[in-house]
Amino acid sequence: MFDRRLVQNFDWGLLGLTLLLGIIGLIILYSAVTAGTPEAQRVLCLKQLIWFCVGLVVMLVCFLFDYKILERWALPIYIVCILLLLAVLIFGRYVGGSKRWLVLGPVSMQPSELIKITVIIVVARYYAKVVNTIGLGIRELIYPMAITFVPFVLIVGQPDLGTAMLIVVIVGTMTIFVKIDRRSLIGILVTSTIALPLVWFFFLKAYQKRRILTFLNPDRDPLGAGYHIIQSKIAIGSGMIFGKGFLKGTQNALEFLPEQHTDFIFSVLAEEWGFVGSLVLLLLFLMLIVWGLNVAQGCREPFGTILAMGITAMIFWQVFVNLGMVMGLMPVVGVPLPLISYGGSSVVTIMISIGLLMNISMRRFMIE
Amino acid sequence: MDQFLRTADSNWFRQRIKGAILCVLAAFVMLFVRLFYLQVIEREEYRRLSENNSIRLQSIKPPRGLIFDRNGDLLVDNRPSFDLSIITKDAKPVERTLSQLSYFLETPIDELQSKISRNKGYSAYTPILLKQDIGRDSLAQVEVHKFDLPGVGVNVEARRHYINPNSAAHLLGYLSEINAEELKSGKYPENRGGDFIGRFGVEKTYEHYLRGKRGGRQVEVNATGQVVRILQTVEATPGQNIYLTVDIGLQKKAEELLQGRAGAVIAVDPGNGEILALASNPSFDQNDFVSGMSREKWEALVSNPQRPLENKALQGEYPPASTYKIVTAMAALEEGVVDEDTTFFCPGYYNYGDREFRCWKEGGHGTVDVIKALSESCDVFFYQVGQKLGVDRLAFYAKGSGLGAPTEINLDNEASGLVPTASWKKNRTGIEWQRGETLSVAIGQGYNLTTPLQMLTLTAAVANGGAIYRPQILKKIETAEGKVVSESELQLRGKLPASRRTLDIIRKGLWEVVNSPSGTARNAKVPGIEISGKTGTAQVVGRKADETADKKSEPVIKPHAWFVAYGPARNPQIAVAVIVEHGKGGASDAAPIAREVLKTFFAMKKPEQSQLQAALPLHP
Repeated sequence: MFDRRLVQNFDWGLLGLTLLLGIIGLIILYSAVTAGTPEAQRVLCLKQLIWFCVGLVVMLVCFLFDYKILERWALPIYIVCILLLLAVLIFGRYVGGSKRWLVLGPVSMQPSELIKITVIIVVARYYAKVVNTIGLGIRELIYPMAITFVPFVLIVGQPDLGTAMLIVVIVGTMTIFVKIDRRSLIGILVTSTIALPLVWFFFLKAYQKRRILTFLNPDRDPLGAGYHIIQSKIAIGSGMIFGKGFLKGTQNALEFLPEQHTDFIFSVLAEEWGFVGSLVLLLLFLMLIVWGLNVAQGCREPFGTILAMGITAMIFWQVFVNLGMVMGLMPVVGVPLPLISYGGSSVVTIMISIGLLMNISMRRFMIE
Repeated sequence: MDQFLRTADSNWFRQRIKGAILCVLAAFVMLFVRLFYLQVIEREEYRRLSENNSIRLQSIKPPRGLIFDRNGDLLVDNRPSFDLSIITKDAKPVERTLSQLSYFLETPIDELQSKISRNKGYSAYTPILLKQDIGRDSLAQVEVHKFDLPGVGVNVEARRHYINPNSAAHLLGYLSEINAEELKSGKYPENRGGDFIGRFGVEKTYEHYLRGKRGGRQVEVNATGQVVRILQTVEATPGQNIYLTVDIGLQKKAEELLQGRAGAVIAVDPGNGEILALASNPSFDQNDFVSGMSREKWEALVSNPQRPLENKALQGEYPPASTYKIVTAMAALEEGVVDEDTTFFCPGYYNYGDREFRCWKEGGHGTVDVIKALSESCDVFFYQVGQKLGVDRLAFYAKGSGLGAPTEINLDNEASGLVPTASWKKNRTGIEWQRGETLSVAIGQGYNLTTPLQMLTLTAAVANGGAIYRPQILKKIETAEGKVVSESELQLRGKLPASRRTLDIIRKGLWEVVNSPSGTARNAKVPGIEISGKTGTAQVVGRKADETADKKSEPVIKPHAWFVAYGPARNPQIAVAVIVEHGKGGASDAAPIAREVLKTFFAMKKPEQSQLQAALPLHP
């Protein structure tokens, strides 16, 4: 059962990158919760460390079994996750105006994090069966659309537009990756150009339009999102080349940064470690993503390749959207920065994903 | 191994992945360029902005909606208050600034210090409220010495102002500052610390409409915290204005009549359930809640045995006493226990079991039919009728008349009263219902409890021909610009379980209460208008064990006086319920109050005629 080749092919590089990012995350989190805030906040650091360790265990579990059994388990897992999302809508706890959390005894979790990886697995399993060099037709796209639509609606209902869109973007990336045939691609583009204005003018209510406009252009909300972006840009820019130094970030310490330990944690790093520090983190993420794509390439069967690709797409989009947001390039979306932002569900989901990447990487020589 | 590499799929995927890597690289170049722009090219500008922490957010509070009475008379508005606040980071040195302030404000420095230390957890750039509503003199002092007081700011804040202190206090309610727990609870997403929210009465019920929407501005400040530039502004949306159904003239009259006693007076339009007056005495000054009450004042309010903070009209539960005979008569007529012609003989007492139940009138009423029984409030008649009906049939009619359940008026903490049944008692005490208890219930004593508002709703229903309306306090809601947002709608909650004929008989009885030479409330006559009504004198017996214990130690307790009435008898425009706690009797204490309220109402209806009456001395 336990092949020696598995140990020989263990992906030490991926593990190293994960640990490095996790440690950097803890250091920045320490800055974010320590400077200028009351003592009690430091407990968040310890909690995150525990989550990180839990994540390591989960990661271990995720590369022990052969990922190919996921083909069989994909749908049941998906259904459980959908039920959890339903449970959130019914029993969930309100935090800051939306229902995202499910409280199970001492632990609270965000099923919307877990569903991301589940959707990737289900869609990868399907695409692995239908993939061909000509590309997929419209009819073959109905299934992945349905698989995406259900969690999309449930997450929009929380409401968490950011996470919902993220799932669509990830599945979209996977779809483009396995190729759509030209006729269908043109068809989709034409339909959506016609449908979008129709939806906008006939289906959306005024407040929904307002929310989307603010989402696209934070300046429309100078007291909320717009202000946060300004403060975040000041934090990043004022870090200059070498940064203000560890625990010396004033924007952070004086709480001008919103959500400085979750969505805006990169601003803390950029303020204290400057351009040099930011660049190091940027490069580490780039390495992680290219590494993931490399795993996809190394795998010689479609399911593993597409799964690795989907996971990497998820990590890429979260990094890109989060960094784009805090630098004022993107809409303000509540997307956490993988391995860096505070949040147990987020860390564990990313570690599951990386565990699966390792799994695929280790078994690349076992394809028969 | 070669056989796996040969597959066309692998190569094809390889091509696709190459494309993906290119896309990723392009995205990272974008991030890199942006980072370079922010941290290298624009670094000096952002460093400057961060050093002064110069981009700040100021909140613009929305003015709270106004409250008017039905005629558009202003009851509650907002008045400017000059509030002094300090930003500790700008006020260097804080100690010296505070000692100067303490001198100008004539406030001990410890008090100012404690305000600051209470706000320790917040950012040093958050303004801390030092003192609300500083007087004009202090304001002048602070303004003159502005430059010696860095970080100190005076904000003009709109402060809630109740124009008629103590008047309609229970109806209008009051505001107080939101507390930390409420802010944390997430129920008030729009509110911040220092905001005032409705706590009671209309202020609480219509909080959502009254509060408006907060605005704010992004400003750039200089090193001393003064605004250099306004970057962006979002105007606040003022709260919506509320028009109530009460008439402040009638309301004040009712309150004046209650002066010196504990009780409640409510008036309603029987045609639609609109509340015209809702007075509960003793009352309190709502302005005290807004400006912050001293501990002594608060304790005086809470410990007052007459419970000033309770809205007796809907929170007070009293035995309905003889006003309940309306229900007993209705049940008896509907169930065929008596008809118009049935008579009983009242010798002044009624023997049932081994007990003698007394009529209030010593010597008795003689031969009584249902109309005379109502008009003279003969207990013996209703003892016998009640005995024939049984407690559960009585309860059916009481519940059908809206007793034992809230009237669903849009105010908090409404009591539901109690309509006893045999099974209720069994569940509650484990003891079987005693048939003698039915006799007490039939005359509105025993376990019966009602609120004045329930009795008023019942009276109004008798007056209007049987329709039980939900009591309305809201006439309309308007935006600050005068656009009507919502208007009150007639809400029928049910019908009295009585035929037209039954109601006609009851109304005749109630008319005789006031208008027959032997009626119990002859003193409630209003010149020129025919009034109908019913008196009640509730013996004060506690329902709970601890209450009875109290009574033992304090044996002399005066009964509660009731009067319910409507007029004009044939075409009712107003119904009134009066309760006076610990009066002498319904006729002597409550009926004259109702009479004056009715008089005032009809005088206001026809102002010319009333002036005429005032000019001609009717009573020598």
